[in-house]
Amino acid sequence: MSRLKIKTPNKAQTVVEELYKDLERRIVASPPGLCPIDMSQAFLRLAHAQTCGKCVPCRIGLSQLTNLITSVLDGEATMETIDLIEKTARVIKNSADCAIGREAAKMVLRGIIGFRDDYIEHIKHNRCLCSLNQPVPCVSQCPAGVDIPGYIALIAEERYADCVKLIRKDNPFVTSCAMVCEHPCEARCRRSMIDSPINIRSLKRYAVEHSGIVPAPKCAEKTGKKVAVIGGGPGGLSAAYYLSLMGHDVEVFEKRKYLGGMLRYGIPSYRLPRERLQEDIDAILSTGVKISTDVNIGKDITLKELREKFDSIYIAIGAQLDKNVGIDGEDSRGVISAVELLRGIGDGNLPDFTGKKIIVIGGGNVAMDCARSSVRLGAEKINIVYRRRREDMTALPEEIDGAIEEGCELIELQAPSKIEYDSEGNAVALWTKPQIIGSIDSSGRPKPRDADLPEMRIEADIIIKAIGQGIETKHFEENGVPIKRGVIDAMSSSDIGTITGVFAGGDCVTGPASAIKAIAAGKVAAANIDEFLGYNHEITVDVEIPEPKLHDRMPCGRITSSERTISERVKDMNLIEYAMTKEEAMQESSRCLRCDKFGHGSFKGGREHKW
Amino acid sequence: MVKLKIDDINIEVKEGTTILEAARGAGIGIPSLCYLKDINEIGACRVCIVEIDGIDNLVPSCNTVAENGMVIHTNSPRVREARKINVELILSQHDARCATCVRSGNCTLQTIANDLGIIDVPYYYKAAKTKWDTSFYLQRKASKCIKCMRCIQVCEKIQNVHIWDLEGTGSRTNIDVSHNRKIAESDCSLCGQCIVNCPVGALSERDDTQIVFDALANPDIITVVQVAPAVRTAWGESLALKPEDSTVGKMVAALKRIGFDYVFDTNFAADLTIMEEGSELLAKLNNPNNDNKPMFTSCCPAWVRFAKTKYPEIVDQISSAKSPQQMFGAVAKTYFAEKIGVDPHKLFCISIMPCLAKKAECDIPTINSSESIKDVDASLTTREFVRIIRAEHIVPEYLEEAEFDNPLGIATGAGAIFGTTGGVMEAALRSAYYLATGENPNPDTFSQVRGMDGWKEAKFDLAGRTLNIAVVHGLNNTSRLLDALNRGEVNYDFVEVMSCPGGCAGGGGQPIHDGCNFTEERGQMLYDIDHMSSLRFSHENPEVLKLYEDYLEKPLSEKAHHILHTDHNSWQVENMVK
Repeated sequence: MSRLKIKTPNKAQTVVEELYKDLERRIVASPPGLCPIDMSQAFLRLAHAQTCGKCVPCRIGLSQLTNLITSVLDGEATMETIDLIEKTARVIKNSADCAIGREAAKMVLRGIIGFRDDYIEHIKHNRCLCSLNQPVPCVSQCPAGVDIPGYIALIAEERYADCVKLIRKDNPFVTSCAMVCEHPCEARCRRSMIDSPINIRSLKRYAVEHSGIVPAPKCAEKTGKKVAVIGGGPGGLSAAYYLSLMGHDVEVFEKRKYLGGMLRYGIPSYRLPRERLQEDIDAILSTGVKISTDVNIGKDITLKELREKFDSIYIAIGAQLDKNVGIDGEDSRGVISAVELLRGIGDGNLPDFTGKKIIVIGGGNVAMDCARSSVRLGAEKINIVYRRRREDMTALPEEIDGAIEEGCELIELQAPSKIEYDSEGNAVALWTKPQIIGSIDSSGRPKPRDADLPEMRIEADIIIKAIGQGIETKHFEENGVPIKRGVIDAMSSSDIGTITGVFAGGDCVTGPASAIKAIAAGKVAAANIDEFLGYNHEITVDVEIPEPKLHDRMPCGRITSSERTISERVKDMNLIEYAMTKEEAMQESSRCLRCDKFGHGSFKGGREHKW
Repeated sequence: MVKLKIDDINIEVKEGTTILEAARGAGIGIPSLCYLKDINEIGACRVCIVEIDGIDNLVPSCNTVAENGMVIHTNSPRVREARKINVELILSQHDARCATCVRSGNCTLQTIANDLGIIDVPYYYKAAKTKWDTSFYLQRKASKCIKCMRCIQVCEKIQNVHIWDLEGTGSRTNIDVSHNRKIAESDCSLCGQCIVNCPVGALSERDDTQIVFDALANPDIITVVQVAPAVRTAWGESLALKPEDSTVGKMVAALKRIGFDYVFDTNFAADLTIMEEGSELLAKLNNPNNDNKPMFTSCCPAWVRFAKTKYPEIVDQISSAKSPQQMFGAVAKTYFAEKIGVDPHKLFCISIMPCLAKKAECDIPTINSSESIKDVDASLTTREFVRIIRAEHIVPEYLEEAEFDNPLGIATGAGAIFGTTGGVMEAALRSAYYLATGENPNPDTFSQVRGMDGWKEAKFDLAGRTLNIAVVHGLNNTSRLLDALNRGEVNYDFVEVMSCPGGCAGGGGQPIHDGCNFTEERGQMLYDIDHMSSLRFSHENPEVLKLYEDYLEKPLSEKAHHILHTDHNSWQVENMVK
């Protein structure tokens, strides 16, 4: 008999391991709107199957919790059942021998608090509060509700101009989003149940590369109503576009020299070339939107004056204010903000970083944009300093990877403590306090704290602060626009409530978010402003969506976007991502499961034909 | 055109045709359960699945479009296995005690299960539980629902009322009243279209037959029954009667055999309605200060419920004339009771209607001729009427034709066509023409308003003035018309609304034939009755004229107002249940 054996999983275990993977992907693809109590019961059954069976609270307690939750779902429970569930779960949490029982009970406890109303509705009325309102996962996840299965089907039929028309019904920044959208649509793609999500953004890119110039639809009959839009970013211009299509006279007031907002002044051209952004802006302006650039509301014209001249106002000023780190030496020469750097680049003033050592403070997409821009501006050395870990960064993983590939170094777990400067006031180094990652806060992110290590000195000529942006609220606040926690306090309808006819949306309401969220806010505002003006114009599109192809959806890898080689792309500010080839686009589009038809789609109507 | 092969038969169909329609068009039967053409093509039940060469998954033929070159097998071993197991799965959650089901013998699931030779279900049985207000006019048995979703779709797409919706998610997905409401608190119009489109016995009317049996058995009660025009067109269908056995005369004979003391005709009350409503219309047309246009018909109680809940602003424009059912009840319990010298409390008035909403209408607390009396005591659907015939073991083939009793059994052809879309309008126009000009038009002058178009419009000359009229049926069409009116896109003097597609002939209380629609044929039977009638003008009904002479004086008189008119604002739709 041998003393030791090499561990080898048996066949059953191997298959179970594969099934775990399947289940992980399946959970990722959960559609929003499922009954939380039904899901709790399902989670509990899974958790219970994991129990080793030794300790009483876990072995018996979890099964009794399952019974109790089942009685709620069966309409056989009373209000006392909630108390019993709570008490039982508490005891399991407090007395189970290991995490299997304790954590399962904690999930139940979180549900008792988090969706207590659902428990009560089930008990009192045997009904559920939730429903699958938008049955198509990608559409439900897109803030603007773009008809994604529709345009993927059009791509498969090579009807690219129709694609653009269809997308414009909900989002006029077709090209820009094809380049830079954060693609929340991909997050819950049902295709994940088979293999991995459809590469939706890249498919859209393929469509806009082949659509040619697609004219904007005709505007409705003139209403004679005038709407002012403050801010020429994606949100403001989206509202302007739809309001113009609805027949209103729209004028956009933009503080900067050019339109585009953060798409121009926040996102570097290697991700979104200016001329491609301009394609979207041109289409929007072709509907007759008037523009006034270099106009600062509050200085050149006041909100009050705008209110006198216009029937309605949409405030979409974004979040343009730098945030300070709050450390010594921050006003040294060579310390700049991300907004300042990217804004200069947006206006065509490219600084020369040749031979310079750069530090970027921050871990978001803006920080990555600054770092990768610095590479292209000739910097000799770029360090990205972040006080948490790489996996805690809010930047998209591909942006972090891109920055690292291009030679930026990531210095994790270092909190800036002061900036060292020379006798002439030039920054020379950033001092940081090493951190240790610690307990997890209520938002689920682990909090860093000071580590028992000496401070670190990182040399730098230029220090770029990319730790978030605020909103310039002063003039608006003085004129009666409600401000709460530094942002404009608007309702989900975009109405600000305090001043009739004034609406607000996008980053200036939510804080810095994404282009697609701002676009969605612009769409919402356009609908509600139209309504406020006494109309009910409908935005529609005359594009027939092809029937789904019947081919079997066999497992198949996701086509990922390819990029120019690192050594090539760092030399200029040109676009780094290649569009898909036709072969790739055809294969990728054929992977779409057409949830607009299959599943709930054909029943609840997979698409909104108008809004 | 698309060429394909189904079960070795070469077929050519128009582009866009589904495989199911292509097969059926070629005489190849594919069973289907959830499918309802143009309304519910969602592939839910997986009974109509077929196998297509080259495609691994079996596809539902109801919503898969036929493509060139397809080779399809509707009954391959894989299809046969999947179809049978899917039906067994449905049965595992369906209360299949068919012997006590209102749809036994007329149930699509039963037929399919029988056809597939399912004699046992190998699965654990558990059906959803019913929590339903059993006193409500519309009944739902969750244990019988197969979640085909037809009711949701019909209510939304045909009627635009949205009463039904999915409730819960995942394995606990169910159908219930939308927005977590209770049915009695909802704005259900009670059109009953969900019932006639339900493939199984999940939806039905509240069964009131026992109330009628009890009345018939009570020696102190005199039973008076009225029969709506559309009932005579359909009562024989589910008794599988030949046309010569499903006549009006045999229907009357059956009612007499059941034991009703007086068998009268709602068509009489329809003529009376025309006298009142027609006069009301003319009065409005002649009033230069009346800008409350158009006037709407009032005979369809589902429409009145719909208007009250969805378009309350137009309720004042609905004619104040009671519906024929209620006019009949009011006349029976006043004029007729007086005439036969009986205390009206001893009269038990029953109506047989193609309709559910009529059950609710007779319960409206303010609809009666006096406070102490219910003008119509019970309202049965055509289906309940047929159930009584069956329960009484009446064989219509052996019945001798009989006549309606007098005086409330005399009617004109104009009263008969009330039961089909456009009929009320046509009958009203015939008499309005007479009232305005003093002479009768050709009775077929207004035939433009006939037909199954959902929204019909016409202009007629009435004593030198143009009368703009519209006829709609189906509440979605009604919504479209009302929205257009509100937007100022259309302009009418008089509008007829019937909630059910095709009018009462297609009513929610009529016999059910899943997959077939006899509405148009039933309507045609009413036009035939009209055509063969010696009297075709409501104002020529001798008994109606006598009623005015002896009792009501003239249309719109104070007494007529008291007995024959009602205030639609005096009651609420919600919580109208007993």
